[in-house]
Order: sequence, then C-alpha cells, then structure tokens
Amino acid sequence: MAEHLLEVRDLSVEFHTLAGTVKAVQNVSWYLDRGETLAILGESGSGKSVSASAIMNLIDMPPGKITSGTILFNGRDMLKMTPEERRAINGAKIAMIFQDPLAHLNPVYPVGWQIAEMMTTHGKPGAESSARALELLKRVGIPEPEAAMRKYPFQFSGGQRQRLMIAMAIACKPDILIADEPTTALDVTVQAQVLALLEELQRETGMGLLLITHDLGVVAEIANRVVVMNSGHIVETGNAAEVYRNPQHAYTKKLIDAAPGKGDIPAERERQGEPLLKAVGLKKRYGSFHALKGVEFSIMPGETVAVVGESGSGKSTLARAIVRLDDPQEGQVLYRGNDLLAMSPREVFGLRRDLQMVFQDPTQSLNPRMSVFRLISEAWVIHPDILPKAKWKERVAELLVKVGLKPDMADRYPHQFSGGQRQRIAIARALAMEPKLIVCDEAVSALDVSIQAQVIALLDGLRREFGLSYLFIAHDLPVVRDFADRVIVMKAGEIVEEGTVRQIFDAPRHPYTQALLAASLDPDPEVQAARRSACHSNKGLVSA
Amino acid sequence: MTDTQILAERKKSNGPIARWFAMLWADKFAFFAALFLLIVVLCALFGPLLLDAVATKQNLRGRNAPPFDITRGWLYILGADALGRPLLARVVVAAQNTMLVAAAAVLASSIVGTALGLIAGYSRASAAQWIMRLGDVIMSFPSLLLAVIVLYMLEPSVANIVLVLAITRIPIYLRTTRAEVLEVRERMFVQAAKVMGASHWRIVFCHILPVIFPTLVTIATLDFAFVMLAESSLSFLGIGIQAPEITWGLMVAQGRPYLTNAWWLSFWPGLAIILTTLSLNLLSNWLRIALDPTQRWRLEMGGRKHG
Repeated sequence: MAEHLLEVRDLSVEFHTLAGTVKAVQNVSWYLDRGETLAILGESGSGKSVSASAIMNLIDMPPGKITSGTILFNGRDMLKMTPEERRAINGAKIAMIFQDPLAHLNPVYPVGWQIAEMMTTHGKPGAESSARALELLKRVGIPEPEAAMRKYPFQFSGGQRQRLMIAMAIACKPDILIADEPTTALDVTVQAQVLALLEELQRETGMGLLLITHDLGVVAEIANRVVVMNSGHIVETGNAAEVYRNPQHAYTKKLIDAAPGKGDIPAERERQGEPLLKAVGLKKRYGSFHALKGVEFSIMPGETVAVVGESGSGKSTLARAIVRLDDPQEGQVLYRGNDLLAMSPREVFGLRRDLQMVFQDPTQSLNPRMSVFRLISEAWVIHPDILPKAKWKERVAELLVKVGLKPDMADRYPHQFSGGQRQRIAIARALAMEPKLIVCDEAVSALDVSIQAQVIALLDGLRREFGLSYLFIAHDLPVVRDFADRVIVMKAGEIVEEGTVRQIFDAPRHPYTQALLAASLDPDPEVQAARRSACHSNKGLVSA
Repeated sequence: MTDTQILAERKKSNGPIARWFAMLWADKFAFFAALFLLIVVLCALFGPLLLDAVATKQNLRGRNAPPFDITRGWLYILGADALGRPLLARVVVAAQNTMLVAAAAVLASSIVGTALGLIAGYSRASAAQWIMRLGDVIMSFPSLLLAVIVLYMLEPSVANIVLVLAITRIPIYLRTTRAEVLEVRERMFVQAAKVMGASHWRIVFCHILPVIFPTLVTIATLDFAFVMLAESSLSFLGIGIQAPEITWGLMVAQGRPYLTNAWWLSFWPGLAIILTTLSLNLLSNWLRIALDPTQRWRLEMGGRKHG
C-alpha cells in the first residue's frame, strides 16, 4: 500500500458513561494525502469529530478509551508516541481550527501575541515570530494588520476571528490542517470567504485539509473526497461529486434528500383581510448604533413570514421587539389593530398567550432544573384560565405526542434529550399557550439537517392544524424557501427587499439579496463547481 | 440494561424519601457527615437537659484530669477542665449555644443577604444602588471591630451576638447573589419565561433562585465555621457569651492558658468545631450534586453500584 500523509486504520474509541459503554467510533479507516481535501460528513453524535480528536490527542482518557487501531502520520504510529513527541507534532505539523473561534482565543491577550506564541512554543525566537504573525494577518486578509496585532479577540467580527484562528493554525506551516465545523457559526457570505481562503492556502502550501462538517454545501464547495459517517461507522466513502450523484448507502440518500431548498416552492396564497400583526416604523437604537431603522411589515393569519439577513442585520432585535422583550424607541406593533407597545404591562399579559417565541438554542431556553412536565405546565401556572389543574397531566402527554415525543418523557429533564428533541419540547411549551403567532428566532439553525427537516415538517403540520402564523427568523435561505410564504430580507436594520418566496428566489431585485443567494452553498458539487468557475471568470473580467 | 430498568422502576415506587436516602447512602462521606450532624443536633437539643448539672459541677480534686482515664467514670473519658468539670459533658452541653448562635446568625444573614441581593440584581431601580452601597459600608468596616463596639454598648447576650454576627456577614450573600442574578437573568430560559408572561415574582423564585441556590448553600456552610470562630473570638474578648454559659469557642479560649500542660482542654471543643464544619462542607457538596438534575446521576449510579 502506498504511504499516505495521514492514515487512520481500524480506529475504535469507547466512552464509559452512565448508560454503559458507548462505542463512539468503530473500525474507522480513512486516509489523507498531501494537497487533498477530505470531508468527514455526519450529523451530531455520528462520531465524525472523534477520529480528529484522537489524532490531536484530545480524547479524555478516562472516560474515553482507544480500543483498537493505528493512526499513521508519515508512516509512524501516533498512538505509540510519547507525550513529548505528540506535542511537537500538534500545532507544528498538524494544526486544528474549531467552530467557535471566540471560545478558542484567549480574551486577555492581544491576537498578535497569541499568533506569535504559537511559534515561540515550537522554538522560534520572539522577534521573528512577531514579524511572521504580522505577515500571517496580512495573508488571511485582516484589515489594518499592524493595528490588528495589538487588538483583542472581542474587537473582531466572527468571520475575522475565524481568519485569526486560521492564521494561528498555519503559523508553523503544518502538513495537515484539521477544520472542525469551521464555518458553521458564520454568515453565508462570510462562510464563502473563509472557505475560499482555506482553498487558497491549501493550494499555496500543499497541506492536506481534513474538514469535519454536517453541511453538504460545504462538502460540495471544497472537498475532493468525502467520508460519510453514521453512529460511529463509516457508511460510505468516495469522490464528493460521485457520492452526491450516486449515493450507495440508505443513510447517505436520506441525508441528501433532507437537504433543504430542493422542493417545490409552495403555492402563493391570497393576502386579504386584516393582518394579524403589523409593524409600523420600528426604530431601535443602542447608544449611537441603529439596530432598526424604521421597519414595516405585516403578517396575515395563517401566514409564515421569514426574515433573513446576516448577523447584525437587526432581525433578532425585530423579534425581541415584537414579543416585547426589548422596547423599540419609535414605531408601533399592531396586533389585530391594537398597539402592543402602547399597552400597559397588564394588557400585554393578556396578549402574551397569543404571541409565543421559540428560541435558537433549546439548551439555553429550557430551565435545566425543571422537568419536562414543569416546563410545559408552567404556561398554565402563569395563565390559569387556559386549563384546570386536573387536566395538566393529560394535556402534557397530548402535547408531547403532538411534537413527536413520548408521553412518559414528561418526568425527564432537558439534559436527557438530544438537541432536536429539546427543540420539540420548546415548541410544545409554546403550543401549551395556544398561541396565534409563534416567533421562531433561528429555531432550527442549531439542528442537524435531517432533524431540521423534521422540525420544519412539524411546524408546517401545526400551522395547518391550528392555523398558526409564524415569523420565522433565519440566516439559512434554503430552509426559508421550503417553509415560508413571504420573505423579508434585512440588512443593517432596514428591509431591503420583500416579496413572496418565488419573487425572492427566482428574481431577486436588490443586489444584497442576490449576493446572499449566490453565497449560499448548494449541496450539489457540480452546481458549486459551475458557480465557482462563473465567479472566477467574472473576477477575470473585472480585473481586465 | 434490563437490570438498570428494573432498578429504576423499583426506585420510583419507593417514594421521594427513600430516593433521597439512597442518594445520601451513595456518597459515604456525606452519609457519615449527615450522621455526625444528626448527633450534634441531638446533643444540642437534649444535652443541656440531661447533662447540665454534671457539666457545671466543680470537682477540684479532678483539676485538668487527663483523658482516656476511666477510673473517674465514663464522663471523664475526655478529661476534665481547670475546675475539674468533665469535658465530655461540657462539649455536649456547649453544642446547644454554639449551634444556636451559628445557625441563627448564618440563617439570618443568608436570608436577608439573599433577599437584598435578589432585589439589587433584578431591579433596575435606585434602591438597588442603595443596597449595594450599604453593603460596601458594612464590608469596609472590620467585622470584629463592629462587633466589639456594638457589644460594648449593648448587653452581651445570645440574641445580640447573633444580631451582630448576622449583620457583618450580610454583604457576603448580598454580593454573591447579586453577581449571580445579573448573569442568570440574561439567560435564555429567563427570557423565555418573560415571553410566557411570567411575573417578576415567578421569574425570581422559580427560575433565578433555584439556579443560584447551590452556590448560596456552599457559602453558608463555609460561613458557619467562620461564625463559630468569630463567636469564640468575641467570647475570648469577654464580650461574647458570658460564663457560666458555654460554647465550643469559649471552651477553646478558656483552655488556652493550659495548652502547654493540658492540651485536651482546647483540643476536644476544637475538634468538635472542625468536625462540624467539615461535615457541613461534605453535606453541602452532596446537596449541590443532589439538587442538580444534570449531576444527580453520579449519586444514582453510585447507589446502584453499592446495592
């Protein structure tokens, strides 16, 4: 067998937990060559990150245990090396970047120092390291690199922080870069830039890139080969385009089918009668920052209005203003003709039932010390007129069934559920109020693709059953395409375009909408390749 | 897997008391700590009734009698003090005053401090500022000095000592509570409760307080030891508990002149203080885990392993 740069053979890792031994990965084998991009694709809990953690020696032992296998780096088994040898490789030969760069940058040191430290730890003199750090900042495209050297991580945007992490990772010119969900937390346009940067760097240095992701679009954009994982096993491996065209395994097929944005655009509905909710001239300032600059829109009964935009566009501020978590300085929110913002707290309390919110991260939006029963029945403690106490148990069971959970789960606590299940609990809690409008603030963004599809289907079913309206806030355009009736595109506190799903997706008028659509990644590698070459020829024209 | 299910089912049918006991049994340290505290509490309740006469009866022939000598009877197993009073009886009798002062002071200061901290952290009114400045004033004044001044002016009695100790310890709870409230009130589940229309009362007591409660219990148990020692310092200065009333702190202080030739005078009450605070700490550590649904499995798993 030819020697690969990095090869994992028959790796099995176990974790000892309360429920017994969990086999995180079983007999996983893959390899990575120089100048190649390998993507490990899988959903949460599939074990996609475990082999990377084993390579970087990041598995806590115990409770983790590597039960079999070898990891060959340049032909040497890393699992048999001494801790000193591993440390010499980590960072210098194999570097890693993570999903959340803010958590992985030390907040109390300037970034220039942190990048230089990477090199001084591996034995470079200080002055030389600083010079190289500056060079790296320039290379990854940080504006004003000299000034940036002395800045702290919180002073950069999410995309810039990820660039900083990349600068740190490539500081020692590693042979392999492992990127664990590098763009999951980023906006689509920023994601495209970061992926382009990774590709460029790979071309320059010839390093092997191991990309761990749940996103088919990312795989389509950047990967040469793909390894698909499900519950600790490799189910399929091969050329990225071939796997997409012709998936062999049932799981891969399911995963590709679940990717949003492929179905038919729902038929347009007539907008007539009184709007359920109408926002007029909403303005919100935080100090001198204008988060909302006069936003106006309306939602009809039974309608789903999506608000899309990148971080900082004011879409979450809008959601918070509508449920009165934050009061805007100017404007009106008319619910059936009554201005919510002008109401006294007592009057708002009466309307609380009708307006509910589902938050982005169910891990944080559910009180960890309350059982599912208490979480859901809290609605009726606060609004005793909805349901008499005798019926609570029955109704909780009913709601749990409605959102696809089992009635006997009522005694459990949120931490005993998976992310998707938790979001279902949060939806059940919102439903307990019997609302008319649910504001979903990035309600499916934190979920896996297949779970996302299920939750969207659940929301859609509930809309039909109860005639609910949704204000659906998202940064992910394909999800919106499948689910919404109307789309509002926001940028810097303003609505730049508004229209039906068909208008927005088929004929976007505003350049920003066009840019957003262009940056969102298609799960089909060939479509992405076509887009890339189109983009390059455009650039060529511009520079010519 | 089936085994654990059966066990889980059996556990459910046992009711909450049995479940808590099983969790306590799972942590052996906490179990013995609880046992020790139970003994201390029983001593505090019934000790003075049974042993008061013996504990105050002087016997000059038995001055500073050494411990582990049962020729004088089992009451003298821990030795006798400078007036020949049996130490075992005195330690048992002193438990009442000691526990009364410490528990009352800790309870009062933690309740008042927590309540003020919740107000200071949750409300945005100017009252919050006043509360914090008041806390600063108390903190900037050395607590023992304050106690000395107050007790010099007032009459040294159990109630006054409790009052002084409680006031000086309020800022600890106040500041911790406020800091935690400021963090917890921004969490998503508090926002979610607001969207549901929950009242301020409900948010504070059902969503914020349970989250910060374990921290407060831990501080309270640590403070318990501090209060016992502060009380003994006051007693040592002669403005605390007055003889013939006794506390462990006072016994330590009284034994000090004899340390070189009769160590047991100070040692036994000192040991009682150490064991009590140690037990409280172990128990509070257990309580922190037992109250947290995400941590509770550690105890439940332990319970299974041991039977």
